[in-house]
Amino acid sequence: MKTQQRIITFCLTFSILFLFWVIFSGKLDIFHISLGVFSCLLVSWVTSDLLIVTSDIPRFIRLFIGFILYIPWLIWQIVLSTIHMLPIIFSPDINNKINPKIIKIRSKMRDNVGLVTFANSITLTPGTITVALNMYGDMAVHAIDDECADSLPGDMGKKVETLFRE
Amino acid sequence: MTVYISGILIACGLFFFLVGSIGMIRLPDFYSRLHAAGIIDTMGLLLSMSGLAILVLNEITLGNFLSALKIIFIVVFVFLTSPTATHAIVDAGIRAGLKPWQKNNI
Repeated sequence: MKTQQRIITFCLTFSILFLFWVIFSGKLDIFHISLGVFSCLLVSWVTSDLLIVTSDIPRFIRLFIGFILYIPWLIWQIVLSTIHMLPIIFSPDINNKINPKIIKIRSKMRDNVGLVTFANSITLTPGTITVALNMYGDMAVHAIDDECADSLPGDMGKKVETLFRE
Repeated sequence: MTVYISGILIACGLFFFLVGSIGMIRLPDFYSRLHAAGIIDTMGLLLSMSGLAILVLNEITLGNFLSALKIIFIVVFVFLTSPTATHAIVDAGIRAGLKPWQKNNI
């Protein structure tokens, strides 16, 4: 890795770690801040090549911002599918309401982090759980009824694909 | 005012905890029960923790703001770890050869 690149990764790791130090410590006097600076310098010196593995720093920052914008939409999807689950759970004839099955879907993404984000989003949404995932984008998803099964990959797949495109 | 908002949010969160627990008992098999557990992890935790964060922000100081931020971080970390744990449980079930419950062959 180039020296300039190493310095940028080091600074980025240090600022992320120090932000977390300030949030979790909450004490802003000289003693605690200097302890934080010292330990963050030590940790980012040891691990600066582990937290940020990509060499493309602008893409990393763009991904981070896109991810923050993706979270509210994901929470909205969670709310919608929880409301979909409510009548199923309270129905007197629960075994006829549900129709569990394992469906296979395929994603066009090749980015590992993108695939994991997609699989975790599927699992977080009540009604669908990712059973298996491989690096070629093949997924097996356990869905609790037909409506949940039909909604995949759908909008969520498109959103994650546009987020993680090269 | 914030007390009432946070009370409503925490009550909704507890309602979804109850829904998830009822679902875990009523659904027929291992895999479909995990769907109900997902409601607890996501909606229940999200609503009750945001209620607590608003309650802490009742009077706005730096310390209270940091406490609210820490409560939000609880949700963030559970949202990162709970799908991973669910996947590990499902994968263990599949590897052990447990067949999913299906509608027509009971």
